[in-house]
Amino acid sequence: MPPQLKTLLPLFFLLICIFLIARYFLIPESFGKYGHYRANSMDEIAALPTHYVGKEACTDCHDEEAAKLASDLHTGLTCEVCHGPGSLHVDDQEKGILLKPGSRESCGTCHSLNPARRTEVINQIDIKSHHPERENCIDCHNPHAVWELKE
Amino acid sequence: MGTERITASRRNFLKRSAVLAGTLVATSAAKPLTGMLFAANEPDKSKPWYGIGIDIEKCIGCGNCAKACKAENNVPKEPFYFRSWVEQYTIKNDGTLKVESPNGGIDGQKQTVPEEEIFKTFFVPKMCNHCEKSPCVQVCPVGATYESPEGIVLVDKEYCIGCRYCIQACPYGCRFLNPVTNTADKCTLCYHRIKKGLKPACFEVCPTGARIYGDLHEKDGIMHKFLKQHNCHVLKPNLNTGSKLFYNGLSAEVR
Repeated sequence: MPPQLKTLLPLFFLLICIFLIARYFLIPESFGKYGHYRANSMDEIAALPTHYVGKEACTDCHDEEAAKLASDLHTGLTCEVCHGPGSLHVDDQEKGILLKPGSRESCGTCHSLNPARRTEVINQIDIKSHHPERENCIDCHNPHAVWELKE
Repeated sequence: MGTERITASRRNFLKRSAVLAGTLVATSAAKPLTGMLFAANEPDKSKPWYGIGIDIEKCIGCGNCAKACKAENNVPKEPFYFRSWVEQYTIKNDGTLKVESPNGGIDGQKQTVPEEEIFKTFFVPKMCNHCEKSPCVQVCPVGATYESPEGIVLVDKEYCIGCRYCIQACPYGCRFLNPVTNTADKCTLCYHRIKKGLKPACFEVCPTGARIYGDLHEKDGIMHKFLKQHNCHVLKPNLNTGSKLFYNGLSAEVR
């Protein structure tokens, strides 16, 4: 064996050992379990808090509104479409204040005239010229039972 | 003597060829090299394999999906960070195309083109396509973005170094750099919700039911029904990304 190799081989061996030891400590535990990624990160993402609670959580308490909603055209909507995310409200009814929209703008996000909206999918109205003497849509319309007019 | 030499050489040639072919087959079966054969993992039949269906004919462009996505996933409120957004396409009579998405459609859409100039107009809700052969997963240098066994493309925030390579690679513009964490951010199909048995936030609040999602492995599941009953297309099929977001009624103009 040439003398150069004799001195270099232990050095190579040492470097490989250092590399393997460093690799052992640097690679996280679950890396490579399913593929070239940290499998534990899926559990971390799955553990994130949710903000939207779903219709059942609302109708548990608000059965009156739920019955009204089921009776009319807005039946396919979940409560949080208009009222916003409900997780804070479920935890604490005092602090978690939900949205109560009903202005021309908020109803108009769905019901204002737009040629891209299909008439068979949604009823549309010119939100500016429709009964200009009233301020808000909910002055006349009950949002839970939309065809039940207040006056 | 001449014939002997030729026979020996032929035998050697055949031997070497057999060894070479055998080595090739053996190495291709070796696990670390499967990455060269599949861009990502092959779908695992024992787990659900999620696909998404969006019915453009039902979309009214209310922007509730984009709004709910921001609220559910703590996406920065600035109008240029979106995991999910809605675009309004307008094709004018002269053939020109106008695409609008003011604040991702969150504040509602307004048609700015006068009605007599419009040839055709429709909404296209956009979100991550959760591609089977995701370009963004392939370019990640540190293994921070990956396709989960359920076929959902996720980002590992701890591992992401914020190099923005994946943002460049996504042909659908579905990624952004989160200014708070300085890591790549994108739609997770609300992984934290579907794991708890809830619908993703944008599906939860869609008032017309224009969005559905389901297991593509289920032969009589909701996704198979959607794909059978509608004439569905994916975005940019020429890129062979294996997109799992299927649009019903998608016009060729949509990019």
